[in-house]
Amino acid sequence: MSYLIDGKTGKWELVMGLEVHAQIKSNSKLFSTASTYWGAKPNSQVELVDSGMPGALPVINEYCVDQAIKTGLSLNAKINKKSIFDRKNYFYPDLPQGYQISQFEHPIVGSGFLVIETENGQKSIGITRIHLEQDAGKSIHDQDDKSSFIDLNRSGCALMEIVSEPDLNSPEEAAQYVKKLRAILKCIGSCDGNMERGNLRADVNVSVRKPGEKLGTRCEIKNVNSIKFIQQAIEYESKRQVELIENGENVNQETRLFDPNSGETRSMRGKEESHDYRYFPDPDLPPLMINDDRIEKIKNQLPELPDEKKKRFKEEYKLKDYDAEILVEDQFVSSFFEELVEKRDSKIVVSWVTVELFSYLKKKDIQLQDSEIKSKKIGDLLDLIIDGSISNRQAKEIFEEYIETDLEASDFIKKKGIKQVSDKSEIEALIKSVLQKNVEMVDDYKRGKEKLFGFFVGQVMKESKGKANPQLVNQVLKDLLSK
Amino acid sequence: MKDLKNLDISTAKDYLLKKEVSSLELTNFFIERIEESKLNCFITHTFDDAIEKAKESDKKISSNEEIGILEGIPIGMKDLFCTKGIRTTAGSKILENFIPFYESTVSKNLLNDGAIILGKTNMDEFAMGSANTTSFFGNVINPLKSNQENNKNLVPGGSSGGSASSVAANLCMAATGSDTGGSIRQPASFCGLVGLKPSYGRCSRFGMIAFASSLDQAGPITKTVKDAAIMLQSMSSYDEKDSTSSRKPIPRYLDFLNFNLKGKKIGLPTEYKVEGLNSEIVEVWEDTINFFKKNGAEIINISLPHTSFALPTYYIIAPAEASANLARYDGVKYGFREKSDDLQDMYECTRAKGFGDEVKRRLMIGTYVLSAGYYDAYYLKALKVRQLISNDFKSAFEKCDLILTPTTPNVAFPIGEKQKDPIEMYLNDVLTVPASLAGLPAISVTGGKNKNNLPIGMQVIGRPFEEISVLAAGKLIEDCRGF
Amino acid sequence: MSIDNKTVRKVSKLAKIRINEQEEIKLIEELNNILGWVDELKKVDTEKIEPMLSVFNESMVMRKDEVYSEISDDLVLKNAPESKSGFFVVPKVVE
Repeated sequence: MSYLIDGKTGKWELVMGLEVHAQIKSNSKLFSTASTYWGAKPNSQVELVDSGMPGALPVINEYCVDQAIKTGLSLNAKINKKSIFDRKNYFYPDLPQGYQISQFEHPIVGSGFLVIETENGQKSIGITRIHLEQDAGKSIHDQDDKSSFIDLNRSGCALMEIVSEPDLNSPEEAAQYVKKLRAILKCIGSCDGNMERGNLRADVNVSVRKPGEKLGTRCEIKNVNSIKFIQQAIEYESKRQVELIENGENVNQETRLFDPNSGETRSMRGKEESHDYRYFPDPDLPPLMINDDRIEKIKNQLPELPDEKKKRFKEEYKLKDYDAEILVEDQFVSSFFEELVEKRDSKIVVSWVTVELFSYLKKKDIQLQDSEIKSKKIGDLLDLIIDGSISNRQAKEIFEEYIETDLEASDFIKKKGIKQVSDKSEIEALIKSVLQKNVEMVDDYKRGKEKLFGFFVGQVMKESKGKANPQLVNQVLKDLLSK
Repeated sequence: MKDLKNLDISTAKDYLLKKEVSSLELTNFFIERIEESKLNCFITHTFDDAIEKAKESDKKISSNEEIGILEGIPIGMKDLFCTKGIRTTAGSKILENFIPFYESTVSKNLLNDGAIILGKTNMDEFAMGSANTTSFFGNVINPLKSNQENNKNLVPGGSSGGSASSVAANLCMAATGSDTGGSIRQPASFCGLVGLKPSYGRCSRFGMIAFASSLDQAGPITKTVKDAAIMLQSMSSYDEKDSTSSRKPIPRYLDFLNFNLKGKKIGLPTEYKVEGLNSEIVEVWEDTINFFKKNGAEIINISLPHTSFALPTYYIIAPAEASANLARYDGVKYGFREKSDDLQDMYECTRAKGFGDEVKRRLMIGTYVLSAGYYDAYYLKALKVRQLISNDFKSAFEKCDLILTPTTPNVAFPIGEKQKDPIEMYLNDVLTVPASLAGLPAISVTGGKNKNNLPIGMQVIGRPFEEISVLAAGKLIEDCRGF
Repeated sequence: MSIDNKTVRKVSKLAKIRINEQEEIKLIEELNNILGWVDELKKVDTEKIEPMLSVFNESMVMRKDEVYSEISDDLVLKNAPESKSGFFVVPKVVE
């Protein structure tokens, strides 16, 4: 156990479980035919169930069921052949039915696990269960002094609540867990994993204890929607709990909110006054029965999961752990990489994807899959580097402009007048002229001052206005100097 | 001029097809009667629509176009069925001004088959009542009167009181009802009519405002058994908008006319000779048994040992489901809102003022039996007893084909009676609730009259989805009773 | 199990139904009567009995993942007691 909190009375251990709410990437909602499209005008994607109209009835979306099964299988979990939908009763303006259709005693997915990388090596984090439920609508509280505004577009969207065991013991582990989970969900396509849009959000259950002692009282931090915030919230909350206990006070079991501006958590009022959800089986929905055929079919369609892919990348392409990890985090990126590396040296491809391409995407604040960039576009440029038409450095200089042009790579460098001189006689002539201008230094070099080699290369490149093929320059220079 | 007053649907259809009467004449005839009526049967009139529809029907009939099985037949629609563009209240202040923008499947089926809707019939608030005295729009009066106390207005029964009363008073030819624990059969019995509660799942619940989802079932209230079959034919459908809608094939219900009861075993449950069962009712029951014997049916005694627990079971399950079903009436999306600056205050006052006493009482019970600490003792226990009650019927139906019982322990009583103690009112349903809990088809047909000339209903319960034999038995009672 | 005023108040909070003192007294009596009556069920031996969730015993039909709407946007808000700029409006929620 490496992460411990220093208190006045000694060291404290952190114990956490996460409930991750992942919105299923489906066209329509869990129990209604309304669209799940993000960003539509308020209350424009609302069917009867989603607005709790009298006489409305839920009808389950088969695709969402399959996504939950798929997710369960990817987390090494047991799929329950019979699961039951329950009503979770509470009043809230963005909960139009006055209850949420969820699963309580009999969820669709039972226990499983996922493996994260920690500084002490791999660690298996238990998954308690996954259940299907309706999302609530959105309340907007900051537009008006006296009123809140309600948009029900999100109401009824399918959520998977993925509940972990209290196996996490540091903010970093929590972050790794969410990252890994997100990578898996994105890989199998059950969730977009876009935390900014809220389609992946976490409730974090935090408690502290003296090592070896029994579990402390936990607080639940609701709806944290970025990995950074999850870490901050945990750091703040665990310290708060340690301070409370050390000052002789009690930790109240309660729901708290994380405020990203202050970096603090605070107790939620209002919603908490009565915490009795009165779950009971939803009489509008018969039990959800899943047969072996369905499970088998989904199992056979599962893509290569991030862990398997990472292992394969490391072996097949001799990638470093870090590079492999970031390439497999996103299914789209890893396919992109594989298209490029098929006919090219993995070293150059990995560096171009993880450095040049990623920094370009970051600058543009866009995901690869949402960008228009095709692997051929990058591949063509890499081919020009590989065949020596342009240098790596030249390619880097023009990269951004190249990405945004419609021109073919060869046409683009022609238009830009960029060309690498790879003609041996031309380079020989260049080198000879440089060496003639620096006779003394050539003598020094020959007497053993080998560091000067770099100086000569620099001069040649300068003379060629950067167009000389560096490999060729090196090679010819070595030949000429050794004569 | 034909006598339109005592027409049944089959005769009216005959007149319409022979063009002896037009749908417009028929419709206007009933409109006039409704306007003159003081029974408070309707909450909302839809006369303009009705006249338009009647003209269309007449056009179809006169041009020999394909017509529906209820073409041009004026009916009443219980105000529990959402009707597009027509106010739908469920008898409650909380929906006083609610205008659905969707059509319930049952009303859509009827409209598609050519039925003319004259208006929305009065009912106990949210179908919670057995005397139609809980409606926000005032109680309904039974057109029948006792020979003895001619001055006293009688209840029509509930909750489909407006439907029953309007058919009995010849304000329409037939009406829809809904039955959760007896709400079709009991008012049919009190008003001297035929009331059919089909098997659970036979008529779609989509667009029918929910009271207790696992029990609610739509059905017709008519003058004759044959009319009930015609209405049921139109009302039933498999509906993909209702997850509890049955996919079992729908027979031609008029085939009941060819169903032979000879040799069929009629079960008499000893437990239905309940305490307080009126002696005149027992006499009619015995007379009816004799009809069956005379017609070649075999009479056997059966036992439904858990009968006495049906009513308490029902009064846990139905309120529990209602407590969630009625949570949507919160003043946010539609319906009545009590203005306030504070959300909780708005919720509590909206529901306190929007719901009547009986509804509030049941919501309180329902909330209580689901709440932490009481769920197992009440709700879960009730679900288990429900299973036992259902098992009772299953074993009984291994020995017999149909079950014959009285519909109610008493005849229609004066308005204002049984109001002091809720339980006294609940006892009205003692003979109808068991079949509801088991989801079985059951019909009430007048078997005789008491000395005050008030009708006494006989109930026939059948196996799931065996509406045909139930109708046939109903027809036998109708034919034998001698009036 | 008998219901006292504390329970009635708790339940009325959960059900979001405001009750005054008079109603409270009446409800305590009525609810106790009803619950006393349903206590009959305790006599039934349900040891080995599974709870019956529904009489419906056909499998649940699942829907294809298709977007379909019969409702035009403005209809959703048509019956709303208060709405503004396409939103439902409620008294401010304090979190």
